[in-house]
Amino acid sequence: MSRTARTRLVFFVSLLALWQCLCLLRLWPAYVLPSPLDVAGSVVDGFGSGLFLRAILRSLGRILEGYGISVAVGVPLGLLLGRVKAVQDTLGTVALGLQALPSICWLPLALLWFGLSERAIIFVVIMGALMAVTLATADGVKNLPPIYVRAARTLGASGLFLYRRVMFPAALPAIVSGLKLGWSFAWRSLMAGELLFVTVGLGQLLTMGRELNDMSRVIAVMLLIIALGLGVDRLVFLRIERLIRTRWGTQPHA
Amino acid sequence: MHLGMEGVCKTFLGSRHETPALRDIHLEVESGELLCIIGASGCGKSTLLNLFAGLDKPDSGSVRENGQEIQGPSPQRVLLFQEPSLFPWLTVRDNAAFGLEAAGVPLAERRRTAERYLDVVRLGKFTGRFVHELSGGMKQRVALARALCLEPKVLLMDEPFAALDAQTRDSLHEELQSIWRQTGTTIVFVTHNVREALILGDRVVLLSARPGRVLREFRVSLPRPRHFEDPGIAEAAREVLTDLRREVMKAELEERGMA
Repeated sequence: MSRTARTRLVFFVSLLALWQCLCLLRLWPAYVLPSPLDVAGSVVDGFGSGLFLRAILRSLGRILEGYGISVAVGVPLGLLLGRVKAVQDTLGTVALGLQALPSICWLPLALLWFGLSERAIIFVVIMGALMAVTLATADGVKNLPPIYVRAARTLGASGLFLYRRVMFPAALPAIVSGLKLGWSFAWRSLMAGELLFVTVGLGQLLTMGRELNDMSRVIAVMLLIIALGLGVDRLVFLRIERLIRTRWGTQPHA
Repeated sequence: MHLGMEGVCKTFLGSRHETPALRDIHLEVESGELLCIIGASGCGKSTLLNLFAGLDKPDSGSVRENGQEIQGPSPQRVLLFQEPSLFPWLTVRDNAAFGLEAAGVPLAERRRTAERYLDVVRLGKFTGRFVHELSGGMKQRVALARALCLEPKVLLMDEPFAALDAQTRDSLHEELQSIWRQTGTTIVFVTHNVREALILGDRVVLLSARPGRVLREFRVSLPRPRHFEDPGIAEAAREVLTDLRREVMKAELEERGMA
């Protein structure tokens, strides 16, 4: 075990111990501050009854759909935005403006447009991630090292080939940080949407916990949401970023 | 392929200053010639190559290839840059084959060609590597192979070996001379290193300080292959250096005046 890992382990174990001690002092009733064991029990119950798994699958399904659409639209849009001045001056301004609007503010509009449906939530997720992905891609293309394009042109590359084989990969490090940012925005938007608009999902588990006054369930679900968000970040984005940093030479090769 | 410049002027417009880069350049490059251009840094040497490459347009005057005005870049006239310009997302082999890919050559054929030229620059063992795994000298050799794959009529080289250590540079000088002898490619080689110019060039053209003008021309008739330590090179270098020093001083004075 590395030194950092050991320090971390000690820290979290002490934190849990402190929490348990506080509960044993019975300063607050259990519905205000449940003990770590209560929370652990809720996690076991939640997974045992299949409730958590169903919610996770629904939430992940929604985010994959919403985020997938954001990426599929945002990356090409960003490429266009970064290279064509007229698009940048028009749509670029709109995108910048929309980014200032927290995506959950789209929910009332989405509900009026799509009704109380799955599409309303997906729409909110898209509006959360789309601008981040688009703007990061546009930035990446705008700031890509000109040497790549010049080298490619002198070797006879032009048009779509130049976009596909040079500009897109050259901008990839910036695009990936946009994708990562987009993912975290999408995740936040989804949770906000699910909280307000009750249907099966992680957000609904939180709302339900509150309605049942079940604090240990609320905390259990919060931990679950943290774990999922962090998990995707570590398992997917961190790996991609590392690979790109090494290969693109933006970081000394380890 | 014969290259020519006539009355070429080029000025760069900044937000505040105009920077004249080239003034009234007349230059002819014979087919199959290896021409070296030297000058103080900032004298417009790179601009001159960019014009031949078709990556830039002159403000006035004409830049021609076999009598035809140059309209834009062409894989027949490949420019090699001083800074690393390989694509880090491609393997060495795919980097070398990039120009062929752009030209629509089928995969198997372009890989074969790329491997052949990577052998020529002695990187046959590194075809599957990525760019970040190579040293500076190896990168420039891949860039050379990438250009050679296109079998261009003209190679434009912008101080491609400036950032390399002496040993690597020596061996690349030899490789370049032998490639040039075998292919008969027209080469325009820009450098600020007088000895390098004398080792490589049939003819050496000295550009003035900014804005660049052609100051003098030297014919080099020493026997090939030439090396850094040849006494003939040292002797010829002395003559050229006297002229070059004067231009470097002028450039410095001008920069101080502008600051």
